[in-house]
Amino acid sequence: MRIFTAAFAIAAGFIVLLGYFFPDQLESLRLLLIDWAIIIAGMAVLVGIFNLVAVQMEKIRMRQKGGTYGVILVVALILTFGLGLILGPDHPYMRLAMDAIIMPVEASLMAILAVTLIYASIRLLRRRVDVMSVLFLVVAVIFLVFTVPTPFGPILGDAGNQAIINFLGMFSNGGARGLLIGIALGTLLTGLRVLFGIDRPYGGN
Amino acid sequence: MLALGVLIFAAALLVALTLWRRRSPGSLRLIEAYERLNRSMGLAVENGTRLHISLGRGNLFTTRGGSALAGLAMLRRLSERTSVSDRPPIVTSGDASLAILSQDTLQSGYRAAGTEDQYRFSTGRLAGLTPFSYAAGTVSTIHDENVSANIFMGDFGTESALLVEASDRENANLIAASDNLSAQAVFYASAQEPLIGEELFAAGAYVGAGTSHEASLNVQDILRWLIILAIIIGAGLKILGAPI
Repeated sequence: MRIFTAAFAIAAGFIVLLGYFFPDQLESLRLLLIDWAIIIAGMAVLVGIFNLVAVQMEKIRMRQKGGTYGVILVVALILTFGLGLILGPDHPYMRLAMDAIIMPVEASLMAILAVTLIYASIRLLRRRVDVMSVLFLVVAVIFLVFTVPTPFGPILGDAGNQAIINFLGMFSNGGARGLLIGIALGTLLTGLRVLFGIDRPYGGN
Repeated sequence: MLALGVLIFAAALLVALTLWRRRSPGSLRLIEAYERLNRSMGLAVENGTRLHISLGRGNLFTTRGGSALAGLAMLRRLSERTSVSDRPPIVTSGDASLAILSQDTLQSGYRAAGTEDQYRFSTGRLAGLTPFSYAAGTVSTIHDENVSANIFMGDFGTESALLVEASDRENANLIAASDNLSAQAVFYASAQEPLIGEELFAAGAYVGAGTSHEASLNVQDILRWLIILAIIIGAGLKILGAPI
């Protein structure tokens, strides 16, 4: 069975990849396989939600730390899922659940995130004092100073601010491109390993 | 056709270097974060604490899936080495397909270690499907599961700051790498030894996942030098006024 799943996964991977290079011959087969994969991914969401509920139920049953939050999560999930099925996602009550609960919670987390990021940058020099850390902080502060609106308008005038941002952007864009090229190469090699069946994340080894 | 050429060249190099590496193993440069990871694995088994591995939100249908696959390759080896622990590792992810793959990978690791009967599907978890629900679900795992080391490998966004903060509060070791530039900035500011750029993809080689992972690093190095050469030659030709 494991050999069969590996062979099927590798064959599907090769067909999809070659389909990009030889669209006349393999386009229809490639699209068919991608359609199947999308359907399976849709089912995976349901399986994932079942997994989420099962983990929370286990927490509740074993009276583990955080079990109370598990109860709230499971009840809210069942209510939202049930009402969503009956009323439909466009019903005012369902929209209310989104506007009155999910959006404010996400906005609050965003606010906490902003504070956390500022705190992390303050602690950076306590954690690691080296040239790169100092440079990282200085550039971040300069970017903030010259991009954030002030009550007095642009600090060095529009042209002055833009010149400084362009100058620093020259280095940061170059660095970002370098990092992205490295990541692209890593992704390419990781994909090839999966395609050759060396790495089998689908449980084949 | 250039893309196909690069692909075939990379594939041929990978196969050749894997075979070569099997006959003459090489050495890897020291990356402090991976040293810390190997120490954390040993400590977790000895102390009866857990490793928590978070694979991010990389959807396998997008280009972000590459980092998720790299995280899974590392997970396979970690689960094999720590499956005998009293407290087995826990894996969280923010994508349903990735969560299922993490369960399969964990099970493979247990099987390879001969402890498949100890595998529990609840150790591979879907933490949430949106960035913040994923962060909220993962933070509770960090706080509640007696975690001694957090390993974040995959596609994260700025929400990773919340995960790092939770790890810090628990005084847990942190090893973090991402393919996302925002998350890399967060990790650079927060982690003890940050992993930058393609170092994420070196995880498998540094946890002993096999010669093919080491060969992958060699191929990446060769391709990187070729790209550098191409950029320099291209810039030179442009300066000389060549029509490129």
